[in-house]
Amino acid sequence: MSKQLLPGLAIEKVDDRIMTLNIGPQHPGSGHMRIIVKVDGDYIVHCDPDPGYVHRGEEKMAEYRNYITNIPHLERPVIHDSCNILYPYCLGVEELLGLEVPERAKYLRVIAAELNRCVYIEYWLAIYGIFLGHSTMFMWPVGDRELLIDLLEKMTGARVTHAYFVPGGIRNDVPPNFEDVCLRQINYFEKRLKEYAAVFYDNPILISRTKDTGVLSREDAIKLGTTGSVLRASGVDFDIRKKEPYDVYEELDFQTNVLKEGDSYARSKIPWLDMFESCRIIRDALQKMPKSGSVRVKLKPKPKGGDTEVYRRVESGRGSLGFHIVSDGKPQPYRIKISVPSFRNLIAMPHLLTGEKLGNMPAVYWSLNYWPVEADR
Amino acid sequence: MSSADSTEIVKTDDSSIIPDLDKSLSDSISKKFSNIEIAYVKPDRIRVNVKKEEIIDVATFIRDELNFDHAESVSGVDYPEDKQIEVVYHLGSYTDVSLDKKILALATRTLREDTPHPGNDNTKLPSLRDVFPSVSFHERECFEMLGVYFDGHPDNRRLLLPEDWADIPPLRKDFSIKGR
Amino acid sequence: MVNDVVTSQKSGGLTMIDKINSHNANVFIGKLGDVLFKAIDQPLGMALNWGRLWSLWPVHIETACCSVEFGAASGPRYDVERFGIIEAFGSLRQCDLVVVQGTITRKMAPRLRLVYDQMPEPKYVIAMGACAITGGLYFDSYNVLPGIDGILPVDVYVPGCPPRPETLIQGCMLLQEKIKRMKPR
Repeated sequence: MSKQLLPGLAIEKVDDRIMTLNIGPQHPGSGHMRIIVKVDGDYIVHCDPDPGYVHRGEEKMAEYRNYITNIPHLERPVIHDSCNILYPYCLGVEELLGLEVPERAKYLRVIAAELNRCVYIEYWLAIYGIFLGHSTMFMWPVGDRELLIDLLEKMTGARVTHAYFVPGGIRNDVPPNFEDVCLRQINYFEKRLKEYAAVFYDNPILISRTKDTGVLSREDAIKLGTTGSVLRASGVDFDIRKKEPYDVYEELDFQTNVLKEGDSYARSKIPWLDMFESCRIIRDALQKMPKSGSVRVKLKPKPKGGDTEVYRRVESGRGSLGFHIVSDGKPQPYRIKISVPSFRNLIAMPHLLTGEKLGNMPAVYWSLNYWPVEADR
Repeated sequence: MSSADSTEIVKTDDSSIIPDLDKSLSDSISKKFSNIEIAYVKPDRIRVNVKKEEIIDVATFIRDELNFDHAESVSGVDYPEDKQIEVVYHLGSYTDVSLDKKILALATRTLREDTPHPGNDNTKLPSLRDVFPSVSFHERECFEMLGVYFDGHPDNRRLLLPEDWADIPPLRKDFSIKGR
Repeated sequence: MVNDVVTSQKSGGLTMIDKINSHNANVFIGKLGDVLFKAIDQPLGMALNWGRLWSLWPVHIETACCSVEFGAASGPRYDVERFGIIEAFGSLRQCDLVVVQGTITRKMAPRLRLVYDQMPEPKYVIAMGACAITGGLYFDSYNVLPGIDGILPVDVYVPGCPPRPETLIQGCMLLQEKIKRMKPR
């Protein structure tokens, strides 16, 4: 019958017309996951995503470390968006321990989170360009994000994996002339962003490859529970920074972008528009920030939570990220469940790819804003 | 987490007042179903503990009458002292503007066995996939990490773990990682 | 010796050619081979090594979070293409370098070994990041291999979590030094 090599690598006997393909972990168009696809000629008839190649057991490891030593490994699922993945953890632990964060720390947290969002979206755009074969769109975003990584290096000390957020505030204050340098870099960055339109978004090849492919209707987007730019590209205006504001987002002036078409072109455009809003937020926050003050609440060495559970969520670069923390009074959490937006958007992948042509696969797959390392945790 | 039978409303601290909307949501659930327990009503977070036989009815009521339309996350928590595994569904709403901030946590418990055979023992729950399609991958993950079999889910198989995983489900408390 | 006796009556000037017999011919060919080896084979080897080390093409396999810094290293600021390291987007049958970027889980390990076996000789392995060297931050996880030494023969270890792009470039330069000293066959 079929020779069993290894489960998952077995040889199977298939139909005459239908061929099973592995768009596998070693593939220029797949990232760190595998999609098992059955094709009939050129059309995909069945799609089965196979994540788990980077499953490192974050949730289990978190039960063996206390609240402070959990920070370095909980930020590794998305290393370049690390502030946004630690944000709901810090908010949740502050609720458990009853801490009050100082004002200056809140503004600096918002600035760091928005810088991280831009850094993530630039890398995502770069990989989107290279999946479609547009190598200029790989080089420009990767080069422009180095400007923001410089700013983050001044703030936190590291290029990526900052470990900057702690329960109770942030780790350290920024250097003295940070505001001027930040404003200058953000203004130059915004000028560079406007040039992407000419080379990418108004490019007729991109438009013909992504318009009307992978259309996700509004009802399906709500029913499948998608989040982030996938949801906003299908006409639902839901951004947690506006709906359930945390820290100082209520006092800052920005808007959320919504498009109605729901195809891959709209999903690729929304993050770019979000970056303009992030620049506005950073400028506003730099103006309204208190000029001095403490940035951290002093904690006991092994803080213990009460006998409760919390659920906090935050809008990260990909969508709404939630942390469900259950504590039982010990210094280690009893259970941490991370609800990542990539895993929530994964259910849209078989829904969208069935019936598409095989050549449209990269355009649809990466437009779902899916980061495989985060989805596997 | 508590096993009290009466519905009790818990204040978070002395100065906060439970908003009317949260109270009216929890009251409408407890009026319709008698066998459930409202664990807490905090500002923007309500938790409802349900027995596993009634969870599909309660979930359908929540979806149709109260306008919660998707699940944000499904987490399983292992309680070896009570010999139970608890599964918590966090439900949110995209369509109803008054429910923007609110998350409803729907929790049920099921029996836990000491030597699990995932799929073939008593750790079973009815699947909420027909009510909320957004839980399908979350329930698969719960199955492989904790061993809870979901009846009615068409595809209870492995998602994140390696295909040749032969040990007990890793998120149980008796599975200890190496060296600890 | 016998031939020497026979030709000793001839006049001088032809003694060099007279002395070529089977024994001397063997020695002559041996010495000629030695000279040819020094003149051609060693520079040929150096030329082959020079060709290999300035065009190391890595396989397009991203294993975990260090892939972000590998992507940044291919960007305009830390341009790694000037060393010849182009990410070849074709098949892995034309590549000769595997950069293992980050944590290898138990699910990924057989696939990584398959990828390594499919590459033609000569091939080199760089272990990038603390997780690929010893398991790193995830050393006690249930699904992580404690380093890739058990499944692949590693040439260069690049530490860091994640290593800066300049560290990765230094690792590639160390690999180039190693290739220079290798036998070309």
